[in-house]
Amino acid sequence: MTDLQDSKLTEFEDNDQNPVGFGRMLRKEDARLLRGRGRFVDDVQLPGMLHLAILRSPFAHASIVSIDTSAAEASPGVKAVVTGETLKGLGLAWMPTLSNDVQAVLATDKVRFQGQEVAFVVAEDRYKARDALELIDVEYDVLEPVVDVRKSLAPDAPIIRTDLEGKADNHVFDWETGDEEETNRVFASADVVVKEDIVYPRVHPAPMETCGSVADFDPVEGRLRLWSTTQAPHAHRTLYAIVAGLPEHKIQVIAPDIGGGFGNKVPIYPGYVLSIVGSIVTGKPVKWMEDRSENLISTGFARDYIMRAEIAATREGKILAIRTNVLADHGAFNGTAAPVKYPAGFFGVFTGSYDIQAAHCKMTAVYTNKAPGGVAYACSFRITEAVYLVERIVDTLAYELQMDPAELRLKNFIQPDQFPYTTKTGWVYDSGNYEPTMRLAMEMAGYDELRKEQAEKRARGELMGIGIAFFTEAVGAGPRKNMDILGLGMADGCELRVHPTGKAVVRLSVKTQGQGHETTFAQIIAEELGIPPADIDVLHGDTDNTPFGLGTYGSRSTPVSGAAAALVARKVRDKARLIASAMLEVSVADLDWVKGAFQVKGDPGKSVTIQEIAFRAHGAGDLPDGVEGGLEAQICYNPSNLTYPHGAYICVVDIDPGTAEVKVRRFIAVDDCGTRINPMIIEGQVHGGLTDGVGMALMEMISFDEDGNCLGASLMDYLIPTALEVPDWETGYTVTPSPHHPIGAKGVGESATVGSPPAIVNAVVDALKPFGVRHADMPLTPSRVWDAMRGQATPPI
Amino acid sequence: MQVTMTVNGTEYTREIEGRMLLVHFLRDVLGLTGTHWGCDTSNCGVCVVWLDGEPVKSCTVLAAMAGGHEVRTVEGLANGAELDPIQEGFRQCHGLQCGFCTPGMLMTCRALLDRNPDPTEGEIREAISGQICRCTGYSSIIRSVRWAAVHEANAAKEEEVAQA
Repeated sequence: MTDLQDSKLTEFEDNDQNPVGFGRMLRKEDARLLRGRGRFVDDVQLPGMLHLAILRSPFAHASIVSIDTSAAEASPGVKAVVTGETLKGLGLAWMPTLSNDVQAVLATDKVRFQGQEVAFVVAEDRYKARDALELIDVEYDVLEPVVDVRKSLAPDAPIIRTDLEGKADNHVFDWETGDEEETNRVFASADVVVKEDIVYPRVHPAPMETCGSVADFDPVEGRLRLWSTTQAPHAHRTLYAIVAGLPEHKIQVIAPDIGGGFGNKVPIYPGYVLSIVGSIVTGKPVKWMEDRSENLISTGFARDYIMRAEIAATREGKILAIRTNVLADHGAFNGTAAPVKYPAGFFGVFTGSYDIQAAHCKMTAVYTNKAPGGVAYACSFRITEAVYLVERIVDTLAYELQMDPAELRLKNFIQPDQFPYTTKTGWVYDSGNYEPTMRLAMEMAGYDELRKEQAEKRARGELMGIGIAFFTEAVGAGPRKNMDILGLGMADGCELRVHPTGKAVVRLSVKTQGQGHETTFAQIIAEELGIPPADIDVLHGDTDNTPFGLGTYGSRSTPVSGAAAALVARKVRDKARLIASAMLEVSVADLDWVKGAFQVKGDPGKSVTIQEIAFRAHGAGDLPDGVEGGLEAQICYNPSNLTYPHGAYICVVDIDPGTAEVKVRRFIAVDDCGTRINPMIIEGQVHGGLTDGVGMALMEMISFDEDGNCLGASLMDYLIPTALEVPDWETGYTVTPSPHHPIGAKGVGESATVGSPPAIVNAVVDALKPFGVRHADMPLTPSRVWDAMRGQATPPI
Repeated sequence: MQVTMTVNGTEYTREIEGRMLLVHFLRDVLGLTGTHWGCDTSNCGVCVVWLDGEPVKSCTVLAAMAGGHEVRTVEGLANGAELDPIQEGFRQCHGLQCGFCTPGMLMTCRALLDRNPDPTEGEIREAISGQICRCTGYSSIIRSVRWAAVHEANAAKEEEVAQA
């Protein structure tokens, strides 16, 4: 496709010297990553370091009768074998989850999902640790598992959480939003009502680097250093302090280079805690690195929502109301990582991009004998499910009204003059201008020609589909008054120090997992201060040298921490102005800021650069009254609202009528994330998310057999797109700045993961229109598409 | 057992267990941590290195099997401060994000260009189809390879002209 033409392979100058600020800039972090000099958790080698391996349950639900560790303890090179009973003695057998539930660190009473942590071994190397696992003898009494989520609340369902006092069912929570009465009233009088059962199956983020940690506890200093695969080092440190009773100032959490996160590295997993215990018990540094199967079967999954969706509209296609009833599978422990007042994350934005009269959602969440988690895989706190729901049900309405799905969307968009727009579920969309974004996507796709081509192909019996999705996301949590994780307000700190020679260091509370923070944040500071990005070092990931903040997930780095960076730079600039006025002997009111320097109004020849000011701030001689030496500032930024990026996606698929194989021929993505800091990085984020979408829509699913065995436990069973399954991506953009963000930027990291699955599914369903298919559930594998073509589509769970 | 192999031009002799995987030998014994480990089942390709010039998945090669052979890893790509054109291509075209799959991708793409200096989009997709990148969506990797191909071709032409 066009993007791949060699004419586009122009020589890009490394533009980190000039111009400064926003625009395409090559990444600062690439120099080490390209040479194999990145430092990931598994690269950490400490003197005397031991290796930890975890014994996991082979059963989904079983009582532990006995554990015999004697043979393992006698195995060569083994330094410690620890079971849940040992942890119980230390008060560490259970830990809080991020959703105010508890989770077993090591099972004591019974195991509740296949892959649950039962015991661990610490040994001289990773091979010896694995050897010893084989020698631990656990006697289980197998119990009936709860696998089918629809049966979890049946009166005769086995009770999973017998650890919770008085728990007599598998119910986790009920949650509701919107106005039920008003919604029912609108539905009752609507011309058209369409109802569809829509399943968003369980999937897994599966970052290329699995989860792991290296714990180094110094018993003399009482100090713990923990290298770990975490997207939220500061939140983790506070939680370790609370859980383990270690004083917070004696804990240093270091997130070094992280090999992809996608939400998988937000929760605290038992393995991290076990490595700490292992180091305390042995007095040595201890490394734990899970293998791929462990990652897939025990760490944070995503989705697993069964949704009944209903849409009400006039015969002319004016959408009036949307309502939904959701059954949410949370696994064995409620390990959802979402703001505590939002048990269903931000699913409340399921009204989408449309101006409607009423909306209502009722949700029930339950326990099953499956791994805990729920919020992961670039989902923006369940917006993935919400957008899939609304974009799928809008398409079913188009199907029933026999309307073009693009026309139906254009007819119902929230209009530019309605922003800030309060939805019927109470979300305040900050800004948006939807129609130009949609029109651009249609123009790039050649929408009308595609429809003509489709008509011709249909006449010949060929299966071609065109799918559209239009999304609005809500990203950048807080504000802190509404949003916290276990009591920690969702705000982010930032510290900026300009050295005497005008070079600078900025310290962030957020942490890249590949998003390019070391580049983007240098650009933000550069834009505000006029210091070249090459002269700005970005520090992040180490709690000992960065300010507190809640970390990187839910596309929140740019909306929250990016705002903090801009504002801290402005604080430094304000101080620089005072110093400049003394240097130039004029009042501050007589100074103009031109990027990188203050100059006297009306006399551009008289100016001082930020570098000269920095030297003066640290140098000899007087500073103005009340101005301290040094040129630095700090801030804790509390966002006043989320940011609401939007986008229009169009997907073209061809289906082989003989094999039912779906080929994504083209994908056009037009994103609007407000001000664009580094277009190259934004495009990269979008490309990655679109590939996730192909995975979820066509390939990926974590399923279970009737005994609760996980059937997606390796990359041979859990299929992730390779270069052969995806097209060359076609991207475009519009710019609608956020009115409350200091530089007008919105988050974008998860937009494509959120927006692409409905576009692809809508395309497949559109291709299957000749078979009378109105809906088919993901993953649309050849066998599921084959069934759909024969009117035999069944839900995947 | 004792194993001797050449890695990036340097010969190493080490005492190892017979079952040790090449990826662990490179990472844990030699400290060459640029090669990563990702799946155990030969599906992800973050462990790709060269064995006698051919890309292999070092998680499914025993270190003992590499005895007497030549291994090349990502650490052996750059010529001092000068990046190999494939590395420069990845830098110019944003062919990497988290950087975890990158060393394996670079080794495979370098091998492709050595065999086929002017690969098409389809040939590049085929060549990297045994490897997974979760971040880039592959388009930028393909552009990176094309960048390297074009620049290597241009450099070769310039050399010809200079010689003539």
